Amino acid sequence: MEVTKMKAHEIHEMLKKGDIGVRELTEVFLDRIEKIDDKIKAYITVNREKALEQADRVDAGIRKEENTDVLAGIPMALKDNICTKDINTTCSSKMLHNYKPPYNATVVEKLEEKGAVMLGKLNLDEFAMGSSTENSWFFTTRNPWDLERVPGGSSGGSAAAVAAGEAVYSLGSDTGGSIRQPAAFCGVVGLKPTYGRVSRNGLVAFASSLDQIGPITKDVKDCALVFQAITGFDPKDTTSVNTPVPDYEKILDDNIKGLRIGIPKEYFREGISSEVKDRIREAIDVLERLGAICEETSLPHTEYALPAYYIISTAEAGSNLARFDGVRYGYRNMDAEDLISMYSTTRSEGFGPEVKRRIILGTYALSSGNYDTYYLKALKVRTLIKQDFDRAWEEFDVLVTPTTPTTAFKMGEKTKDPVSMYVSDLLTVPANMAGIPAITVPCGLIDGLPVGMQIMAKPFAEDVLLKTAYAYECHRGFEITAPELEVN
Amino acid sequence: MMEYEAVIGLEVHAELKTKSKIFCSCSTEFGADPNTQVCPICLGHPGTLPVLNKRVVDFAIKAALALNCDIAEYTKFDRKNYFYPDLPKGYQTSQYDFPIAENGYLTIKINGKEKRIGITRLHMEEDAGKLIHSGDDIARADYSLVDFNRAGVPLIEIVSEPDIRTPEEARVYLEQLKAILQYTEVSDCKMQEGSLRCDANVSVRPKGSSKFGTKTELKNMNSFKALQKALEYEINRQIEQLEKGIPIVQETRTWNEQKGITEAMRSKEEAHDYRYFPEPDMVSLAIDREWVEEIRKSLPELPVERKNRLIRDYGLPEYDAEVITSSKALADFYDECVDIYDNPKEISNWVMGELLRLLNANNMEVEDSPIKPKDLVGLLELQKKGTISGKIAKQVFDEMFETGKDAETIVKEKNLVQISDVGELEKIIDKVMEANPKSVEDYRSGKERALKFLVGQVMKETKGKANPQLVNEIFKKKL
Repeated sequence: MEVTKMKAHEIHEMLKKGDIGVRELTEVFLDRIEKIDDKIKAYITVNREKALEQADRVDAGIRKEENTDVLAGIPMALKDNICTKDINTTCSSKMLHNYKPPYNATVVEKLEEKGAVMLGKLNLDEFAMGSSTENSWFFTTRNPWDLERVPGGSSGGSAAAVAAGEAVYSLGSDTGGSIRQPAAFCGVVGLKPTYGRVSRNGLVAFASSLDQIGPITKDVKDCALVFQAITGFDPKDTTSVNTPVPDYEKILDDNIKGLRIGIPKEYFREGISSEVKDRIREAIDVLERLGAICEETSLPHTEYALPAYYIISTAEAGSNLARFDGVRYGYRNMDAEDLISMYSTTRSEGFGPEVKRRIILGTYALSSGNYDTYYLKALKVRTLIKQDFDRAWEEFDVLVTPTTPTTAFKMGEKTKDPVSMYVSDLLTVPANMAGIPAITVPCGLIDGLPVGMQIMAKPFAEDVLLKTAYAYECHRGFEITAPELEVN
Repeated sequence: MMEYEAVIGLEVHAELKTKSKIFCSCSTEFGADPNTQVCPICLGHPGTLPVLNKRVVDFAIKAALALNCDIAEYTKFDRKNYFYPDLPKGYQTSQYDFPIAENGYLTIKINGKEKRIGITRLHMEEDAGKLIHSGDDIARADYSLVDFNRAGVPLIEIVSEPDIRTPEEARVYLEQLKAILQYTEVSDCKMQEGSLRCDANVSVRPKGSSKFGTKTELKNMNSFKALQKALEYEINRQIEQLEKGIPIVQETRTWNEQKGITEAMRSKEEAHDYRYFPEPDMVSLAIDREWVEEIRKSLPELPVERKNRLIRDYGLPEYDAEVITSSKALADFYDECVDIYDNPKEISNWVMGELLRLLNANNMEVEDSPIKPKDLVGLLELQKKGTISGKIAKQVFDEMFETGKDAETIVKEKNLVQISDVGELEKIIDKVMEANPKSVEDYRSGKERALKFLVGQVMKETKGKANPQLVNEIFKKKL
């Protein structure tokens, strides 16, 4: 089998046996990127030279058996809102098109330490605001299953690169579904960890109280391995939580007998494609056959999650993006005559329309006289949503829902109507609002396009999530692999 | 004419003298080259997060306890959003609705009368950087540069109740507050370096009224004197307006030191909407009561206690004790002198007279004084031994201040040793008597004052070095 189709744990065995070297492996991926990425357009920056340097270093480490880590030498890539020292980190924005961070994100440090080989930086919706990568200042990434369709977003580049074999795994970030929705659209596994589980240090903030970094992988085992590597308390992020990290690989088995699964009816209402619902029901059947106890339940405040999310996330974003003022780094309009016009032209030209829309929304929501009506109210809704989930955990170990209302839509289909685009995050946003972990795992196809099943669990119960997803994946009875691209 | 009274409240910012900044490990040292004490965090690089310096909370609690505040059990940080080039993140991380401390007070004393000024709140925040304009002022500058060394230096803001009624009360309140912050060693409080800054809210109303008038906010007062003068000017301006029937406009005004007036800066409509909201990059704090009690126990002697000690132990007059304890550094200077030279009153005369005169004239703080306690004591000992006269001592003191040399060196170099040799003095006295027969005559006919003149002539002749006691004695003998 071609290595570009293989999982990290499979490649690890080859590296261990000496069947392939890290440099050779890295070159295979770099060549593939060169060959197919003009079709997929997942990469903003290809990190060829530094990747090969790192490959040589890791090769030596593996040969001397100094580095036996499962992720050692595995080529991966990062969403381009995760800071990499001296390597462009653009957030897909004109504002940061030439920005080279002076430091590495904590997750980058952690992966580098394990010997990961970083192939490059992946496309996203500008500042992670969007659900299709169509808001990227550079270009739109294509869905490897159908090049006319979007890969989802905002981590569209991260999902497409993994699905198309341009990286073994990738990291994305998830503020309202930005890992899970593209992972579902591209037929790969995506995990949004519990808020506070993974350090946000070095993740360019969109909405600080919602953002989490997480893995996008080809299977659940890889997901567990990558999650293991990036998780844990970080003194540089005081919102990260200091709780013990279990050995996730060890807990992976397919025994879910007696697992209590809740099926929240609000996630199966109108607006959700009936074929998507069918795929999820089939997946639930698989889980039941494995001995799980499935029961319908209710999360009554679900419908308020999306509007409240658009208040809280934009309020935080408006403030988080204030630092992009042209003074210290990034884009600046050099013709401005005075300070105010420097600010306004820099920001008018540096940000795209969706980012500006959200800054304006967020500024409005926090303005004097509006705070109580919008922001404070949204915080109250957030509490109600958390309470819905808290009640659910009294009865259930996990909740199972569709990840997205539909499969991947066509490019341009939703760009005219922002609200229709926002609705594609309807089912993923509640987990961010509640801070709980959620995973998406492929559960079938509709007209040749993948569907994702979302599993949610209580805070810090990623082990239960991974175990459930793993059991399902082992017994679903099919493999999901993107069709091979025709390359001249 | 109607009688008015002013209602004044002060907002004071003090930089805390922690070694590192509030959210990163950069140094807070004053005076370094521009942008040498910066890192991705205090420069507001994307993706960076604040990590609260625990010492800042320590210091804030310490100051709050010294100001008799209640320490919050729950406190959090908020973002104050506005754009300015010296503000790296586009917001200042500050505290809004749950400050670390509230409900304190400070007692001031004017003309022997004590008055309690309430403190509404004390909160923690970060300082901004500093703009350096290419010209003399911002309006004519071709360009401006930003120094971010100060960005992220911890501040406490102390907001008083509107309990202050006169510009003098305001000045004394600020002096007292400065003393407390210095005594607790949380801040240097150097107004010229900007580590202590003060804004004032002021309104006037008919005396006896309980309603507040429309207030203005005054900024840019860079000294205690400026605060008092700005308030005096502004209160008069407001009264004159009201007398003419013109209502006061709520606005921010800036003190123009050169012109001695306050000038409109921005109106209420132009005021920022700061859009405060909870800082999502930080967790809220629960302040442990044991922690608070530990800090309370560590509180040092405060100005009032120290003043009372000086009166009690050294028998200083209340006025002397008050001046000396007005600054911790001055009181420390004083105590150090008294430890090695047992004449408290003489030391207080020198400290309050010569030392403060020269420090003020040179716009310097006690800490920067070239004359250290041992130097002053060295001088006093020379005088006591009779090596130099009191008059020469003052001259030597000036010289010591200017050159930083010790008294003995200066006395030797300048040959200022007192002339106590009777033979030598007699020669000079004979010369003076010869040259001033009229005065000799006057004295002999009973005019006592003539002796003073003659002694003065001897001093003049010896450039002040003659031992005045001996000169007197010899004269009396000869006349």
